[in-house]
Amino acid sequence: MKYINEFRDAELGKRLIARIRQRSTKPARLMEFCGSHTVSIARSGLRQLLPPTITMLSGPGCPVCVTANADLDKAIALAKLPEVIITTFGDMMKVPASRSSLQQVKAEGGDVRMVYSTLDALEIARGNLSKSIVFIGVGFETTAPTVAASVLQAQQQGIDNYYVLSLHKLCPPVVKALLDSGEVRLDGLVCPGHVSAIIGSLPYEFIPRDYGIACVVAGFEPLDILQSIDMLVSQVESGQPKVEIAYRRGVKPEGNKIALELMDKVFEPCDGNWRGIGVVPRSGLRLRKEYQHYDAEHKFEIKPGKPVEPKGCICGEVLRAVKTPLDCKLFRKVCNPEHPVGPCMVSSEGTCAAYFQYGEGYGR
Amino acid sequence: MEDKILLAHGSGGKLSHDLVKQNFVPLFDNAFLDKLDDSAVFELKDRLAFTTDSYVVNPIFFPGGDIGKLAVCGTVNDLSMMGAVPKYLSIALIIEEGLLMSDLKRIMESTKKAAKEAGVKIVTGDTKVVNKGSADKLFINSAGVGVIPSGVDISGSNARVGDKVILSGSIGDHGIAVISQREGLQFTSSVKSDCAPLNKLVAEMLDSGVEIRCLRDPTRGGLASTLNEFAESSGVGIVIEEQDIPVHEVVQAACELLGFDPLYVANEGKLVAVVAAHGAEKVVEVMRRKKYGKEAAIIGEVVSEHPGRVILKTRMGASRIVDMLVGEQLPRIC
Amino acid sequence: MCLAIPAKVKSIKGVEAEVEVGGVSRKASIMLTPEAKVGDYVLLHTGYAINVIDEEEAQETLKIFQEIAEAEDRESPS
Repeated sequence: MKYINEFRDAELGKRLIARIRQRSTKPARLMEFCGSHTVSIARSGLRQLLPPTITMLSGPGCPVCVTANADLDKAIALAKLPEVIITTFGDMMKVPASRSSLQQVKAEGGDVRMVYSTLDALEIARGNLSKSIVFIGVGFETTAPTVAASVLQAQQQGIDNYYVLSLHKLCPPVVKALLDSGEVRLDGLVCPGHVSAIIGSLPYEFIPRDYGIACVVAGFEPLDILQSIDMLVSQVESGQPKVEIAYRRGVKPEGNKIALELMDKVFEPCDGNWRGIGVVPRSGLRLRKEYQHYDAEHKFEIKPGKPVEPKGCICGEVLRAVKTPLDCKLFRKVCNPEHPVGPCMVSSEGTCAAYFQYGEGYGR
Repeated sequence: MEDKILLAHGSGGKLSHDLVKQNFVPLFDNAFLDKLDDSAVFELKDRLAFTTDSYVVNPIFFPGGDIGKLAVCGTVNDLSMMGAVPKYLSIALIIEEGLLMSDLKRIMESTKKAAKEAGVKIVTGDTKVVNKGSADKLFINSAGVGVIPSGVDISGSNARVGDKVILSGSIGDHGIAVISQREGLQFTSSVKSDCAPLNKLVAEMLDSGVEIRCLRDPTRGGLASTLNEFAESSGVGIVIEEQDIPVHEVVQAACELLGFDPLYVANEGKLVAVVAAHGAEKVVEVMRRKKYGKEAAIIGEVVSEHPGRVILKTRMGASRIVDMLVGEQLPRIC
Repeated sequence: MCLAIPAKVKSIKGVEAEVEVGGVSRKASIMLTPEAKVGDYVLLHTGYAINVIDEEEAQETLKIFQEIAEAEDRESPS
């Protein structure tokens, strides 16, 4: 597979690792913000291969994990309506909300369908004119433009029974909130490669400027991640933090202007409710008034019930990188992929799931 | 209007009788079925292996096979994994009212073809028809009996430290072939299910004279789950090399698209064997000469460390745990 | 977030494209990347092309890895 296999070359990887080991003399606390990075690192076992000077922390970049129960409860409430067909990415199916999950509602007879793309959801809408198709919009700036595009397509094609429940979130505001909390001490940030394909690298300028933290925009293959760690190490060693793009084949500094325009056309920023972090101003997205016709929250009277947080679950602290899954009393013993308590365990790229699946910290 | 299966076809009356007599009996063509008695009667000496499985795959037709082929191969393979020579199978159908007769016939043809290839006889069966909505088009239960030659002792708990782990071919083909047909995930590819009867492959492996300790077909849960089962049953650790595991490029590509790990994707025509180290190369050679073992490879070994755990050595040179599959792998976007 | 894989554009009809990766084909929307041409590689995320891959930059990056590898080998031959 072109542009995948070449970036998994083991021989090149070994040399990159050797170079990092050689050049890293100062302690460097690096956070990989994005859940997909956490998984990629865990799958290749990269953590083990890095020198002891480097500490990798996993951040809150898992849009599934950070969806607050209060928001997920809305999706559950909609799923129970007989006239609704819920279309959702697979990631959301098993996530436990306050009292149920989409998978559970499906088992109880709710029409919940997994799709790979909003394009598939639009097809379902076309084929089921007597029903209301609600798409659960989860994801950061990588996904939001695609959902915006689907709303515009619905408009263009006269599809009247397609709605979006927007649970989308934005990255730069939450990074700022995290850094402002003072809870995490970081020397460098591995910036999310595909979010950056959309927003570019300019939105991260405030990080080195205001916080003195190094930033490198990274791709997802092992060599991409190693390259960005190497570049972060350089910045840390030189004491000159800035924003650099390692993932040059996928990211331009200005991002994808058309995608940003489409996203801005359909959505506007609003308060975002981040599990474990709380409400972060202007970190969420909601449909603009002109598109409220497609807004599930406008069309349906949603009664989600009171949100309930699971006891003993420290997903919030794990998401903020204040604790690791190994610090959680429930990890493995009570909370595991079969019986997840919190979303960090359910989501395929949740920190706890990655630690559990790939044994991060096993044997330590 | 096309002929459909009606409730009457399963009620035991004339329509039922005709369905069986005019279709299944001539199709499966053997003395047992000709009698149309309540049970097939036969004599078998030696130790017997007996298994049953129900097949509920959706969709019922997929690239490389259908539910009928699966029902034969799955049961034949379960027997083969004990080292048994499969002899007789039963096929019990639960048909949803409204299934096209042509679809049923096509599936039965497929069943016959698979049985012929495996060299087994379908000696007894049953047909029930349920109301629309009570079954998903067609469910099949298949039970099978096989004879275990003397001296053969294969079990998931037999693995010993030092043994080698052999995989008979590429992983992930079946699971990807099936999921490519599901609504909401439309993609086209050349991936075909690897559904196949492995009894002849196993017979050759046993004939090699090398001690075969464990055999299992990595169906639901994939290679990862099977290896974990061995590790746990035998109380040993298993180490496998990422670069040695055969995965067809197109299967890898589909997995990348959906966010799947091939280690957890179902296979229906592959086996994992744990064999004595000194004979591993010989077994692989023997396998590669057979139709369903052409891509056979040694993928790892049994160790004394981390008993009950399976460790993967990644391409990058690190080690990570390969855990059992929990629940189902769902396509993801993150 | 987020699974996006490099896929080759095989054909385009309006804003719909047929893309292929490693032998797997899917239809994709190029609403976010109308500049994509047949033969280009795009990053495919949830059925949409979110960016056109810069092939020159890809080669540059691979070249950098090669150079790093060679430098490492020179410094510590083993």
